Amino acid sequence: MGANDYMRDPISSLLKNYATLLYIFLYAPIALVVLFSFNSGNYAADLQGFSFRWYGETWRDPFVLEAFGNSIFIATTSATLATIFGTLAALALQNVRGWLRTVYDSLIYIAIIIPGIVIGIATLIFFVQFFGWLNPILQNLFGPTAPRLNLGMPTIIAAHALFTMSIVLVIVRSRIAGMDRSLIEASSDLYATPFNTFWQVTLPQLFPAIMAGFLLAFTFSFDDFIVAFFVAGPNTTLPIYVFSSIRRGVTPKINTIATVTLIVSLSFLFITQNLLTRSNARARTPDKE
Amino acid sequence: MTVSTRKTKLTTALLLAPASLWYLLLLVAPLVIVTIFSFGERAPEGGYAAAFTFEQYLKLPTRSTPFINTLWLASLGTFFCIILAYPLAYYLATRASAQMKSILVALIIVPFWTSFLIRTYAWITILSSRGIPAILERLGLVQDLVLLNTPFAITLGIVYNYLPLMTFPLYVSLERLDKRLLEASKDLGANRWGTFWQVTFPLSAPGLITGSMLVFILLMGEYLIPALLGGGKIFFVGNALVDLFLQSRNWPFGSAVSMALNFIMLVIISLYLWLTSRLGGEGREEVSLF
Repeated sequence: MGANDYMRDPISSLLKNYATLLYIFLYAPIALVVLFSFNSGNYAADLQGFSFRWYGETWRDPFVLEAFGNSIFIATTSATLATIFGTLAALALQNVRGWLRTVYDSLIYIAIIIPGIVIGIATLIFFVQFFGWLNPILQNLFGPTAPRLNLGMPTIIAAHALFTMSIVLVIVRSRIAGMDRSLIEASSDLYATPFNTFWQVTLPQLFPAIMAGFLLAFTFSFDDFIVAFFVAGPNTTLPIYVFSSIRRGVTPKINTIATVTLIVSLSFLFITQNLLTRSNARARTPDKE
Repeated sequence: MTVSTRKTKLTTALLLAPASLWYLLLLVAPLVIVTIFSFGERAPEGGYAAAFTFEQYLKLPTRSTPFINTLWLASLGTFFCIILAYPLAYYLATRASAQMKSILVALIIVPFWTSFLIRTYAWITILSSRGIPAILERLGLVQDLVLLNTPFAITLGIVYNYLPLMTFPLYVSLERLDKRLLEASKDLGANRWGTFWQVTFPLSAPGLITGSMLVFILLMGEYLIPALLGGGKIFFVGNALVDLFLQSRNWPFGSAVSMALNFIMLVIISLYLWLTSRLGGEGREEVSLF
């Protein structure tokens, strides 16, 4: 093939330079944020010298710490729920055909594709209506000391689990599709009970995909701003804190928070990628042509 | 046999129960409630009062500016995404060496999985008076250039944030392209330009359509880019919705705006399905971002 002729022609080098420029365009802004997080000066946009000063200041800020703690808690809990619900549903959907399958496929894609703001509004309205209906009942049952349900961390967790569950479902389902079935058959031929087969054969094969789903769900929840903005009530998450600080004026603290957030997502992404590559390497299904 | 079938059915139902509950309560029920609310009235203290009226829908033209802004800037942003992403995807699919390819493709997807808020924030300082305008002024090229809080800043923010989402499906469809077709076209006497427009471009249409649909749909609900880079001056539908639901608490009108938005998205998705079915199913293969 003429692959080598291609390499030397002017269009190729033009395309290569163009691609380089686009990669700079994609990464330079992020790199600048990281660079400025090590600024020693008082202002966010004025580079003075290298220091960890703002990391220290950010770490001592009780509001940042609270928001960070909330975000970690919300992301861990919602990703755990999403992973369990998504994996169970992916296993069940193997046996589902017909209209129910169509309904499910539509729900999964709707949850993934619709903008976060629509999920934010919908869940806000649902919770407010639902609590407005449930609270009087609780008051009647338990008297005035009954707990009043309100918007807060549990509502953020529930709303995040809705769309992260769909991501887990898609990942685990594609792994199930590429799974080596001969092992399952071998296991039942060797008189393993269905439960043992699941526990000892199916689950270990699915594990990398499940783990990858969990990590992506965590990242999504940790980075989400818009859904939490609607259903957070009085609580703050890290993105909500960052957003409201930006509105009050850009400070060096935002750069350090941004850098830490990027490190969290990038390391999770890196692990996810490794897990998925390893799990898919054996089970690559040939393209249907 | 029947016992085991019944058992399988029961297991399936149990396994599906939590996910079904979530979809039902947090996706289906809320969308039904939004529909009901959109026909209601605003309660005096904010929120919703039961009624059946088309008043909210009749009031929609008063908020036509956010819709026009969104549709116009989303189209412009999608257009620039295509223009910028296509050569990049083409380079990755046809010219990048095999070893570099996987790394380069991963580098395209990585930004998409990092915080949207932070990627948008990164541009504030660059576009502010201390950023690019200051540099250009020192070079004596311009005077008093304002970039932040302009339609330009919003379009730039859109292109920056959504470029990965456009590049990836384009790359996938160009990568799948059967290279023998290109040789056939060359053998039949077509020049490079003719081969591109008659073979490569039509065959990359599924990726182009998928990418545009994804970008456009997500832009319909965009809130952060106009809020941060537009300085709250240029309202998108997303900004109007935040205002209606969280500030002025006019839920019935907010629901009507949200219904209008859902309707636009439904039209786009139907258009997408129609286009891909006309392309003979090639575009229907899902382009996975995971």
